[in-house]
Amino acid sequence: MTVPVLTAKGVSIEYRTTPVVRAVRDVSLTLHRGEILGLAGESGCGKTTFAYGLTRLLKPPAVLTSGEVVFHDRTGGDVDIAALDGEALRAFRWDKVSMVFQGAMNSLNPVITVRAQIDDVLTTHRPGMPRAERAERAAELLRLVGVDPARLDSYAHQLSGGMRQRVMIAMALALNPQVMIMDEPTTALDVVVQRGILREIMRLREQFGFAVVFITHDLPLLLEISDRIAVMLEGEIVELDTAENIYERPQHAYTRRLLESFPSLVGERGGFVRSGAAAGTSGTGHGPGSGEGPGPDAGPDAVPAGRADSAADTTIEGTA
Amino acid sequence: MGTLEVRNLVKEFRLGHGLRRSRLRAVDDVSFTLEAGKTVALVGESGSGKSTVARTLARLETPTSGEILLDGRSVSGSRSALRAYRHDVQMVFQDPFASLNPFHTVAHHLERPLQLHGVARGREAVAEQVRGLLERVSLTPTEAYAAKRPHEMSGGQRQRVAIARALAPGARFLVADEPVSMLDVSIRLGVLNLLARLQREENLGVLYITHDLATARHFSDEILVMYKGQVVERGPSDQVILDPQHDYTKTLLAAAPDPARHGRLRDEVRAELAGERA
Repeated sequence: MTVPVLTAKGVSIEYRTTPVVRAVRDVSLTLHRGEILGLAGESGCGKTTFAYGLTRLLKPPAVLTSGEVVFHDRTGGDVDIAALDGEALRAFRWDKVSMVFQGAMNSLNPVITVRAQIDDVLTTHRPGMPRAERAERAAELLRLVGVDPARLDSYAHQLSGGMRQRVMIAMALALNPQVMIMDEPTTALDVVVQRGILREIMRLREQFGFAVVFITHDLPLLLEISDRIAVMLEGEIVELDTAENIYERPQHAYTRRLLESFPSLVGERGGFVRSGAAAGTSGTGHGPGSGEGPGPDAGPDAVPAGRADSAADTTIEGTA
Repeated sequence: MGTLEVRNLVKEFRLGHGLRRSRLRAVDDVSFTLEAGKTVALVGESGSGKSTVARTLARLETPTSGEILLDGRSVSGSRSALRAYRHDVQMVFQDPFASLNPFHTVAHHLERPLQLHGVARGREAVAEQVRGLLERVSLTPTEAYAAKRPHEMSGGQRQRVAIARALAPGARFLVADEPVSMLDVSIRLGVLNLLARLQREENLGVLYITHDLATARHFSDEILVMYKGQVVERGPSDQVILDPQHDYTKTLLAAAPDPARHGRLRDEVRAELAGERA
C-alpha cells in the first residue's frame, strides 16, 4: 500500500492577523491509498488548520502562503487542489475528499431530517440520480455505519451523540471518497461508544479502501488505529513514522513527552509520580527512570520553544 | 487521621412537568470511605452518576437519602454545619476556564476563601497565606502569579489556581471532578503529579473522578466503578484494572485505548473481516 493518494509539499499557512500567526510551516506529507494516517498534536499546533488547507476549506484570515497539494485520482489523473476553482472545486470536494468535522455532534442541520441531509449531498453531486435510488443509497449508508435506516426520518436532536457521529460518517461516505479527513471525530464521546465507532471506521476502510487522515491529541488511540503517525508541534511535523516505531523508538523529545503523558493502562506508569516509595522503582518505557527528581523531559530546556509558558505547566513534577 | 465517609447515598432528580413526572435516580445506594492521605478514583461513562456523587459530596446538591460523615460525625444540612464542613471538603471543577472569574486576579481568588473561612485576618497575614498557597501548587514566582488574571494563564496554571483555592480554607479532602480532562495532554500529568504530591506530603484525601482508567489506576489507591448510578466493582487499583470481575469493568477496559497495545484494533478488525469472508 504505497501508492500515494494525496501529496502535500511545503505547505505553509498563515493567519493574517496582527501579529501574523504562522500556523503551518513548510509541511510535506504523503498519504498512501487506503492507509490511516494519524495526525497528533495539542491544541494550537496547527493540525486542524493543516487539514483545512488540504481540502481548501481555509477561511480568511487564514491564507495558504506556499506549497502545493496534489490529489492522485483512482483513475490516474493528478489534481492540483490549490489550483481548483469554482465549480471544479465544488465537484471535487466531498466526491474525492470528504471530511468529518470536529464537534460533529453539532454539525448536523437541526431543522431537517437525516434523510434530507444525505439527499442533499446526492442531489448536489449526482444530479442524474433518480429519487428511488437516492432513497436506497441513504438507507444503505446508514446500514453501513450501523444505524437503523428507520432513523432517516429523525432529526439530529433525536439521536444520541454516538448515532450523530455515525450519521456524519455515513454522509462522508456517501460519494465513496478516496480520502476522508477526520478531525477529532470521537473526542466528545464515551470510551465505549468511541470504540464502536473506531471499529466501524476500520471496517469501512478495509471494505472500501479509502485513506484516512485522523486528527486527535489522543496518542494512545492513534497508536491503536493508525498505520503511520505524524506528530505536529507548532505548525511543523517533527516526527513521522509507523505506529510501532513511534511507540517503540520515538526520536523527537516532544513525541516522547506526549507518550509520557499517557501512562499505560496495564503496564508502567510513565512519567507519573505516585508516591515517594513507588516513584523510585517505577521506571518508564520511554526514557530514563522518572522517579526522584524531575522526569526525563522535565527541564525547561526540554520544552519546545514557545510552549514554555510556565515552568509549572511544562515540568513533570517530581518528588520534592 | 480523618475520614470522609459516604453511607447509602441516594440522589434523585425530578424530571418533566405537570402530569408527566418521573424521577431519575442518578446515584443509587453508593457507600465508600475516603481516608486522609489516600486517593479513591471514581470511574464510569458519562451519565453513570459520578459527577453527581462529587457534587453531593461537596454539598452542592442535597442528598435524597443517605449520610455523609466527616471524621465519623454525620453532617447536617444547617448553614453553620455546612460552612464548617466546607472548611474541610472542597471541590476542583473540570473546566478551569469557567471556574475562575475573569474579572479578578489570582490573589483575589485566594484571598476570598481565606477571609470567608477566617483562615487569615489582616492584609499582611492574608498576603502571606496567598504566597504560601501559590508555592504549594508550584506557581512561582508567587508575586507574578498573584497579580495575573485568568486569561493571562494557560489551562494548567488555571487549574493550579483552582487547586490552591480549594486548599485555602484548609481543606483536608479534595473532590476533583475530571480535573485534567480539559487540559492539553502534555500538561495533564504535571497537574496530577501535583495532586499526588499534596496527597502524599500534606496528607490530603482525594476523590479523583475520571473516565480515564489509566490515570485512575496509577493515581489512586482504590477504584470504584460506577454504572447507572451504582458501584458495580471496587477494589485496590491494580486489582480492578488488571483483574476485573464485573462485565461492565471489562467492557470499559476493553474500550480504553492503550499505547502498549498499538495496532490492536486494526488487527482485530482484519481478523473479523477475514472470518466473515471465510
